[in-house]
Amino acid sequence: MLRVALKGLAGRKLRALLTAIAVILGVAMISGTYVLTDTINNAFTSIFTQTYKNADAIISAKTAFTNDNGNGVQAPSFSDYLLGRIRALPDVNAVEGSVTDDQTKLVGRTGKVVPTHGAPSLAFSVNPTGDQRFNPLELTAGNWPNGPDEIAIDSHVASSKHYKVGDTIGVERNGPVQRFRVAGIVKLPGVSIGSATLSVFDLPTLQALLGRVGELDLIRVQAKPGIPTPKLIAEIKPVLPATAQVRNTSAQVKEDKKSVNGFTSFIRYFLLAFAGIALFVGSFVIANTLSITIAQRTREFATLRTLGATRRQVLKSVIVEALVVGILGSVTGLFLGLALAKGLKSVFVLLGINLPTAGTVFETRTVIVCLVVGTVITLVASLRPARRATRVPPIAAVREGAELPRGRFARWTPFVSAATLLLGVLLLAYGVLAHGVPTATRLFSLGAGILLLFFGVAANASRVVHPLASVLGWPAARIGGAAGALARDNAMRNPKRTASTASALMIGLALVTFVAILGQGIRSSFESAVDDLFKGNYALTSQDTFTPLTIAAEQAAAKAPDVTAVSGIRAGSARVFGSIENLTGADPQLPKVIHLDWKEGSNAVPAELGKSGVFVDDKYAKKHHLHVRSPLTLETPTAKVLHLKVDGIYKLPKGGSPFGVVTISDALFDANYVDPENEMVLINVRGGVSDANTKALTAATSGFADAKVQTHSEFKTNFEKPLNNIISLLYVLLALSVIVSLFGIVNTLVLTVFERTRELGMLRAVGMTQRQTRRMIRHESIVTSLIGAALGIVVGFFLAVLVTHALSDEGIVFAVPYLSIVYFVIAAIVVGILAAIWPARRAAKLNVLEALQYE
Amino acid sequence: MVVREESKDRVSAPASVAVDARGITRRYGEGTTAVDALRGVDLEVRSGELVAVMGPSGSGKSTLMHILAGLDKPTSGTVTIAGTEITELDDSRLTRLRRQHIGFVFQFFNLLPMLNAEENVLLPLSIAGEKADKAWLDQLLAKMGLDQRRAHRPAELSGGQQQRVAIARALVTRPTILFADEPTGNLDSKTGGEILDLMRESTDAYGQTTVMVTHEARAAAIADRVLFLGDGLIVKELRGASPADVLAVMSSLN
Repeated sequence: MLRVALKGLAGRKLRALLTAIAVILGVAMISGTYVLTDTINNAFTSIFTQTYKNADAIISAKTAFTNDNGNGVQAPSFSDYLLGRIRALPDVNAVEGSVTDDQTKLVGRTGKVVPTHGAPSLAFSVNPTGDQRFNPLELTAGNWPNGPDEIAIDSHVASSKHYKVGDTIGVERNGPVQRFRVAGIVKLPGVSIGSATLSVFDLPTLQALLGRVGELDLIRVQAKPGIPTPKLIAEIKPVLPATAQVRNTSAQVKEDKKSVNGFTSFIRYFLLAFAGIALFVGSFVIANTLSITIAQRTREFATLRTLGATRRQVLKSVIVEALVVGILGSVTGLFLGLALAKGLKSVFVLLGINLPTAGTVFETRTVIVCLVVGTVITLVASLRPARRATRVPPIAAVREGAELPRGRFARWTPFVSAATLLLGVLLLAYGVLAHGVPTATRLFSLGAGILLLFFGVAANASRVVHPLASVLGWPAARIGGAAGALARDNAMRNPKRTASTASALMIGLALVTFVAILGQGIRSSFESAVDDLFKGNYALTSQDTFTPLTIAAEQAAAKAPDVTAVSGIRAGSARVFGSIENLTGADPQLPKVIHLDWKEGSNAVPAELGKSGVFVDDKYAKKHHLHVRSPLTLETPTAKVLHLKVDGIYKLPKGGSPFGVVTISDALFDANYVDPENEMVLINVRGGVSDANTKALTAATSGFADAKVQTHSEFKTNFEKPLNNIISLLYVLLALSVIVSLFGIVNTLVLTVFERTRELGMLRAVGMTQRQTRRMIRHESIVTSLIGAALGIVVGFFLAVLVTHALSDEGIVFAVPYLSIVYFVIAAIVVGILAAIWPARRAAKLNVLEALQYE
Repeated sequence: MVVREESKDRVSAPASVAVDARGITRRYGEGTTAVDALRGVDLEVRSGELVAVMGPSGSGKSTLMHILAGLDKPTSGTVTIAGTEITELDDSRLTRLRRQHIGFVFQFFNLLPMLNAEENVLLPLSIAGEKADKAWLDQLLAKMGLDQRRAHRPAELSGGQQQRVAIARALVTRPTILFADEPTGNLDSKTGGEILDLMRESTDAYGQTTVMVTHEARAAAIADRVLFLGDGLIVKELRGASPADVLAVMSSLN
């Protein structure tokens, strides 16, 4: 019996493949995600491991805390006096002190900063005359930089920006651009560093550039042969000042990786979520494809029953088939994922995120997760069709079109469908709208709600197929003539089948619509926030708008003619009330460029902050019961504790603000933070925005390659860019589930063509042309996908209404991007046309005579 | 219940009863639209007997066979196969009964397209998880003229050859009773004749009890007994009839 199942599967390769495609794509996405993120992780590990080559222990500066998800924490340095003391320890074989940095920007020939798209602009110091035992880099040309005017740059920048040894390149760090002669081209062996840049100097040069003369960030220590690392570390510890710490190399690599772990695991779970969606859609496709093939094999199952097969044996044979399809599909998807990982990386590169890579990593975990998830999804999706197969009565072997007896619970089905839908809606509404619910409960009810909503819509969809097909099929009937009218009727013929085929597409389109509407809502709320908040004429930021900009650029801008106000907003982190928060610095001119609604205090607050005041937003104030004159203690990353008091409380603007939860004065910030920098500088100029003023400001800041002068409206668009990028990324990722549902339509059509072979032969025999046959199939496909689109757009609207309502406190409004919705409908039509190509060709190519004899 | 008559003192013990049907009625639908397909049929098929059931379309002959074979349930009445009353059996017992006691031959052959001839023949055994008796299989295949066709798939076989595979498949378990549903209905006249001969031979050679529903007068020539159904009742029974006799009865029924 097992052999029968397997042989049957082998005999229906096409149908098996059609079922498997849905699994393959979803699993490929899982596998691709793991391969990509593992590869990135591995690259980071190799970068960090390589960085500490030959070192047994690493001494680094200590910060009180780190903030991996907000404003960065700049570590302080320690005196290079320490180096001599470490070298003098009995078990130390070799030491090297260095400084490093991630804000040392290279300036190309155009005078612009070489963009890193959010990746760090790294700077390393080397010892050009030493034995290079600790040097992680390799020279590909030239020599190590030696002296105050020499630099080595990474081979990627050298080749993409056409620099060779002997050329001059600009560097910007904490001040105007300085020029260096390229002494060498270097690379990190075995790893691509993505879009990060690398500049290398000798130690004194980099110390001077970073303003850390006589200081070190890092000391690499190598033990004498045979000395265990713990012994070495025990020796080092007593010598260290309070601001430094020592770790063995692997602990240090782990520590360094923490800064990127958050990022890579975010990418991982983000992408896995979309793999999950694709598999969810895939399970609909699998269930539907199996239902159809099983309906078509009614006679076969009935024959098996007359030959003595039990229901259980029939069930087993279907499940074995599903198991094999699931395993084969998962294995295929697993390997397809290797290719997809490259595709995903290209998508990120297109969006300006070029991540480091080393050799492709294919973990055992990837294999296991892919095989298990793919197989289990297929099995679960096959349960219902398999149960249906067991209900095939033996008498179906002798009767044409014997109907399946209804299951025991069949009469409850309509109630169950309606209840599923209702429960889904209720759970969603509860999850979105309820107040004071623990996050876990909320997430659970949202997750369960959305699943039930999709199941519910799919289960009830067959009831709306008839009216929808009549309306949506009307153009088909008009354009397609008899073929079009037949297509519409065919779509209505088996409402359940059409409904479940369309439902797969419904899920993808619902999510796309939801993203579009929510994105539009965020965009418009952001725009109105910018309009309400920003009174300044100009903004000065770094080229990419997000990396911080040196304070020197702010000072330069202030010197431009006719400038009436310059206000820099600093960004950093602090520990307040026990948790790590984003902290900002503001200056007295702030009220001239930013409009804040003061609940307590007035526009005078920023000027009054001085060395002891802060202002906070009302939400934070409420949370911690703060009022004017309430005391507030914050701890800086360098473990300085500041005792401050609240001077003002402003109403948190809807749509966000440039401020952290706590804002101190720029003066206080500069006195307590390492390397203070601005996240943005807002500027007012006499006469407002004008070409002359723009020119004057640009000229005043031209010494800063990374500075970008933006008008009020440019600033707004620049800030929307990342949002638009994210929306595009979501579209690309959701496209995968739409593709899965496209294959679902292909499956249904191909199987329908099988089933209607005789009928198609008859139609051809009475004069239907091949062209008309193709058109008939195509229009049926379009009608099906339009039904999916109609359902999906409605569900998407519903989700968007719920979520925008819940987020209305955050200023998110419900705004419909009508044009996008039109595009989605067009996309659905395209999906329908694409899905029909192959089935329509098969239908048109049927041999009329053979088709008539087919049974 | 049927009491088996196996007392030793009888000189010529009548063959045992393979199928015994009593008072079979079958009503389709309800109320005013109800149709009575069978209106009280009594029937006994003795072991080793080949019975042909004939009748015009709508006479209820197919319904009768479906009920006798346990594929359909009667509205009233009992069917006993090999001593077991089957109309009240649950699905799993009925399945076990099919495995042990019933063989089927269909009008459209109902072979599994992905299995070759030999595998199709062995299918009932493999479903039941039983080992094939090699000698019996060889003998059957030889009898059906399929020795050279063992590895052919149904698509590579002619209609007649496919039906031979189906007969071999029905015989391979040595069922108590073989039901054939219009076994020649999908074959040309010559091939149909060969199939009828095979049915007869299998009854003669292996004592295979067979009930065959057919509308072919020729079938009468090979049957021990011909039952005529009209309007849901057995209206006539012939023994050792010629095709001409059958045709006469049939035309009277029409």
